[in-house]
Amino acid sequence: MGAVRLRGAVVLLGGFPALAGVDLGVERGEVVLVRGANGAGKSTLLHLCAGLMRLSAGQGEVLGCDLGDDRAAVRRRVGLLGHETALYGELTAAENLRLWARASRVGEADVPGALEMLGLPPRLRDVPADRLSAGQRRRVALAAIVVRRPELWLLDEPHAGLDSEGRDIVDTVVSAAAAAGAAVVLASHEAGPAGGLATRTVTMAGGMLAEEPGR
Amino acid sequence: MGCDAEVWAACERSEQERERPRCDATGSHQFARPLRLFAGDAAAVASKDLRIEWRARTSLGQMLPFAVLVLVLFGFALDANRPTLRLATPGLLPMTMLFVTVVTVQRSVAVESADGARRMLLLSGMAPAAAFAGKAAAVAVQLLIVEALLIPGAVLLYDAEIESIPLVLAACAAATVGLAAAGSLLGAVVAGVRAHQTVLPILLLPVSAPVLIAATRAFADSFGTVAVDGWSWVGLLAGFAAVNAVVGAVAYGPLLEDT
Amino acid sequence: MTLPEPEGASVELPVASYLGGPARTGSRFTRWLGLITLAGLAVVAVLGLLAVPADDVQGDAVRIIFVHVPSALGAYTALGVTALGSVMWLWRRSVWWDVTAHAGAEIGVLLCGLTLVTGMLWGRPTWGTYWEWGDVRLVTTLILFLVMVGYLSVRALGGDADSVATRAAVVGLLGGINIPIVNRSVNWWANRTLHQQSSLTDGKLEDLTLFTLFLALVVAAMAILWMMVHRFRIGWLERQLQARDLERALADRRAEARP
Repeated sequence: MGAVRLRGAVVLLGGFPALAGVDLGVERGEVVLVRGANGAGKSTLLHLCAGLMRLSAGQGEVLGCDLGDDRAAVRRRVGLLGHETALYGELTAAENLRLWARASRVGEADVPGALEMLGLPPRLRDVPADRLSAGQRRRVALAAIVVRRPELWLLDEPHAGLDSEGRDIVDTVVSAAAAAGAAVVLASHEAGPAGGLATRTVTMAGGMLAEEPGR
Repeated sequence: MGCDAEVWAACERSEQERERPRCDATGSHQFARPLRLFAGDAAAVASKDLRIEWRARTSLGQMLPFAVLVLVLFGFALDANRPTLRLATPGLLPMTMLFVTVVTVQRSVAVESADGARRMLLLSGMAPAAAFAGKAAAVAVQLLIVEALLIPGAVLLYDAEIESIPLVLAACAAATVGLAAAGSLLGAVVAGVRAHQTVLPILLLPVSAPVLIAATRAFADSFGTVAVDGWSWVGLLAGFAAVNAVVGAVAYGPLLEDT
Repeated sequence: MTLPEPEGASVELPVASYLGGPARTGSRFTRWLGLITLAGLAVVAVLGLLAVPADDVQGDAVRIIFVHVPSALGAYTALGVTALGSVMWLWRRSVWWDVTAHAGAEIGVLLCGLTLVTGMLWGRPTWGTYWEWGDVRLVTTLILFLVMVGYLSVRALGGDADSVATRAAVVGLLGGINIPIVNRSVNWWANRTLHQQSSLTDGKLEDLTLFTLFLALVVAAMAILWMMVHRFRIGWLERQLQARDLERALADRRAEARP
């Protein structure tokens, strides 16, 4: 059972075909980098794999769950880092993660460890999230994924807004997750950063995927 | 720093311990879950909203002054005529509650709209009905706080005399649940839409007409201004609350997913 | 692992399934229906305005029931259609029902407006007032009118067709469920209704008046059906147009992929 299976996936956003027929297969333990220009459809692809979008055509399966009928099950089993960090600004980093852990049915005990892993200084744990910097918020959002320990990680521009230390942490966390058997899909418009991490790179343009030549 | 194997190991717990959701449990899985989990999720969402509102000081800092202001303005509108005010009080109270509901629901929608936070509700995997119950409960609690000031305010400003305190409390409770349920559902209908501030009242106020009518009658009985059977009106309020809570619980999922 | 290459435009779009259907709003059936309806309207007009005698009590005002009663029945039928269509969209994601619900709401607003205007015009000479708060059906119809207007304002919000459909469907469902509660509450609130309890069966109407009323009902049903079919086809054609645009958009989008 692969982590992601897409066949001719079409996703319409307000009538616009953000995905125009994507075929993609990702196995567990793989780290796949999706490269492409802005507007190529990378974020939509990740949202689709997270069970947040309906397929307008084609078939898809994530972690053995159908993207047509079982999106609720998909959503419970993936971790998504999007452009937005999905944190409540008035709540502290720790409160956000505890709420998330609770709703995800995982122990709240992992929260301090996850925040430490992402290198958020302890003094910032109890500061309202909207007082954190953009990079710190992204670390908290990544910590939320660590807390959930999903079988599929979907990271949209994981290095965006992070300093070099943060980027190293992300790389370590992602490789550890892949080593533990999770599948990882990274999206980036740049060739460089996440490249070293990826076991495979695919290119996206016009809502379609192409295998990187000579990978 | 902080990212070494030890920390990872500390976080890592055996995968077997973890309950893995399966996709074969589809369809009714949200309702087949134990009630305890449902109540826990709802309470988590409600306490989250209340904590946010408490920190933003919206209830105390904005809702309460708004409610008092409406009471005072009604006094001006009715020409500070005490007999008229006393007669109108049973209707002015639910009117004020309606306005406060609109404002509270708009806050409740705004909390989820910032920074894509609504996606948390969806991705967390909790039953949408639990999320709805939590959102509605938070709105209801804030409404009750405002009412706790409104009723004494009416007694002080309008010279209202309460003849039956249980009736007032029951009417307030039933009306509040109904308004919170219908308001939270319609708030989700307009969430994420640019014109949501103007559309929400257009949707909520006509649907809330029974609350206004029934609460007015129930208050009229408890203030002794009209001889009616207030308790049967409380029954109607409870019916409205139950119907709208059920519709909200059913319809919240499609709304979260589609909008 | 590598999946087979995508076969160009081999992707099958679900929208193609509703690309079928007539490409115009008229058909032989609706043309005949329209002609018969027009003839029927002429007969009703002649009978209603000339042949039917003035009522002993109401005088010439009685003639307004030939418009008022059919439009009132039609308005509530349209509400039912919208509520049913809303449920079917939420339950089955049926585009057919979604378009039907929208058509029902638009025609329902028209009929509601007609009911209110004719009711008020009739009320003035008969009750001595345009608006009578004590009349349950008039008040309920006004609330229904406002709910339907709210539904249409949600329809007009724009954005993704599916998400607008879901938002509107929740409003349609909530409206359909709450209107009976509105009716109940107004009924209790104003147990002093002035309305003709049952003009149709109390035997006070002349035979010719009764016949004309039934004829008017039949003709109105045909007229409403004609409007429904046409409004539905317009909605359907809009969807077809979107589907056609989509094929082009898909081709354009794929062209971006080629360097």
